[in-house]
Amino acid sequence: MAQFQKPAWLDNSLVRWVDHRLPIFTFMSHELYEYPTPRNLNYWWNFGSLAGIVLVIMIVTGITLAMHYTPHTELAFDSVERIMRDVNYGWLIRYVHMNGGSAFFIVVYIHIFRGMYFGSYKSPREILWILGVVILLLMMATAFMGYVLPWGQMSFWGATVITNLFSAIPLVGDWVVTLLWGGFAVDNPTLNRFFSLHYLMPFVLVGVIVLHIWALHAHGSNNPVGIDTKGEQDVIPFHPYYTVKDMFGLGVFLILFAGFIFFAPNFFGEPDNYIPANSLSTPAHIVPEWYFLPFYAILRAVPANFIGEWTTAWMGFILIEAKLAGVLAMFGSIAVLFVLPWLDRSPVRSSRFRPMYKWFFWIFLIDCLVLGYIGAKPAEGIFIMIGRVATAWYFLHFIAVIPLLAKFEKTKELPKSISEPVLGSGGGGATGASAKPMEKA
Amino acid sequence: MADTEGAAAPEHSHEGETRRDFLQLATGAFGAVGVAAVAWPFIQQMNPAADTLALATIEIDISKIEIGQAIKVKWRGKPVFIRHRTKAEIDAAKAVKAGDMIDPQDDSARVKKPEWLVLVGVCTHLGCIPLGTSRGETKGDFSGWFCPCHGSHYDTSGRIRKGPAPRNLEVPEYSFVSDTVVKIG
Repeated sequence: MAQFQKPAWLDNSLVRWVDHRLPIFTFMSHELYEYPTPRNLNYWWNFGSLAGIVLVIMIVTGITLAMHYTPHTELAFDSVERIMRDVNYGWLIRYVHMNGGSAFFIVVYIHIFRGMYFGSYKSPREILWILGVVILLLMMATAFMGYVLPWGQMSFWGATVITNLFSAIPLVGDWVVTLLWGGFAVDNPTLNRFFSLHYLMPFVLVGVIVLHIWALHAHGSNNPVGIDTKGEQDVIPFHPYYTVKDMFGLGVFLILFAGFIFFAPNFFGEPDNYIPANSLSTPAHIVPEWYFLPFYAILRAVPANFIGEWTTAWMGFILIEAKLAGVLAMFGSIAVLFVLPWLDRSPVRSSRFRPMYKWFFWIFLIDCLVLGYIGAKPAEGIFIMIGRVATAWYFLHFIAVIPLLAKFEKTKELPKSISEPVLGSGGGGATGASAKPMEKA
Repeated sequence: MADTEGAAAPEHSHEGETRRDFLQLATGAFGAVGVAAVAWPFIQQMNPAADTLALATIEIDISKIEIGQAIKVKWRGKPVFIRHRTKAEIDAAKAVKAGDMIDPQDDSARVKKPEWLVLVGVCTHLGCIPLGTSRGETKGDFSGWFCPCHGSHYDTSGRIRKGPAPRNLEVPEYSFVSDTVVKIG
């Protein structure tokens, strides 16, 4: 059985002296050595700490790149090329940062889908979940502004398209866009402020992540079974059990990550971004970075004459035009995540005991992948129709499927405790076949 | 941790402990090598980049410098003094006795051709640029250079003679490409 005990080094006299004045060692002991973690966490629970490590990699490489980068429209592109060609190991540091952005989103998306599958957003972890959505939004803003900095064609036109989204805001739209640009187009003032904010945001992220972990440690991790821990037989200390498991996962991640950095560093990138920005010539096919593709598909999915005409007929004047509808849909696709804990009132957390939700979860995951695929395709022919259906399903999943399942789904019987299916005598009376004692604990 | 292990299973304690110790040491050593390998590029990126190093050598046409005149050129971000010395200046530089100098050095050790003196124009005290190169600037008590920051006097060979500077003005690496062109660096 696991031991929850303070580490021996807490008795060191220097540690005690410091701890008496700044109880940082007590804090570490409490949150690592004595912190009870469900004993049944699987590898899907690696991705939270992994995301944290990727953020550290991004901050370290980012600060390094900022030592060589010049945020000026006439110098930015060349300064990035100088990093690639002349700065010692500049190519390596930039490729780590570039692919780190993609890795961050892969890890975080897996982390989010894990939370959805195992119901990690449910009471009492709603605020933990909401902070996670805030982290996602901050990440998206940071990634978008970072992508503008090399000042290639995709940087420039991506910035132009995304900032133009805000022109859809009724009445003040154009004013807001000019304010964002600091001029009458994406130009040097825009680049300067994006650089400033791109440097700032990761530290805001760190702050929100501290809150995220604080909220996590209030009730501890959810687990694959999705029931609360009921005593010492259900938990093990975080250190060394999960530190070691996280380290192993980190090793696997780093092997894959290094594979991309050294053998396919531009796999996730767009060749067009190696062409210097030209404000007089738009590339034939603008696509955002892959991690924005599903949202880009939603943005483009709203028919140009559907809601517009409908509201016109209804209201007598144009309140919403198609552009705004698309923008609202895109932001709504993330905003809906904020209220997910209240859309899903099913008392059962884990999909393991929700036979129907489990299927709808996989359908939703495929729907998101389809949206990503459509986002990369030109908006023409069959792709338009698929995009609309997939967008409709995205929202239906949240506002219809999930609330209805919560009401009508017949869930499976939950085990009495986390350890009960394993040890056979977890919390109270053992039931059925799952009560068989196992050899290995 | 090894203690509790030993207490729980005394019959394996010795063997288990050495194996675990070995694994921990091996893991730690492996990790340390990894950390060093990752740290290296991050330290190395602070050093001069390839394009900075490419600018580290310059060639100067000295045919237009009259006897008694000196010029200042920029090399690696620092001024370099090139002085076309007069006969009197060369003689004065050669005549100084070692006992009169703070950092004794023979004039012949500081020049490749006696009429051309090439120096890094940075005072060896705290990095100011001594006066005396351009016409009208004070040349100090020894007709060479004078540093206005803290009053160091250099002679016609760029040697420190008076004041707080500890060493003579540095002679950069240079060579005569031809009679009229000097390559510095």
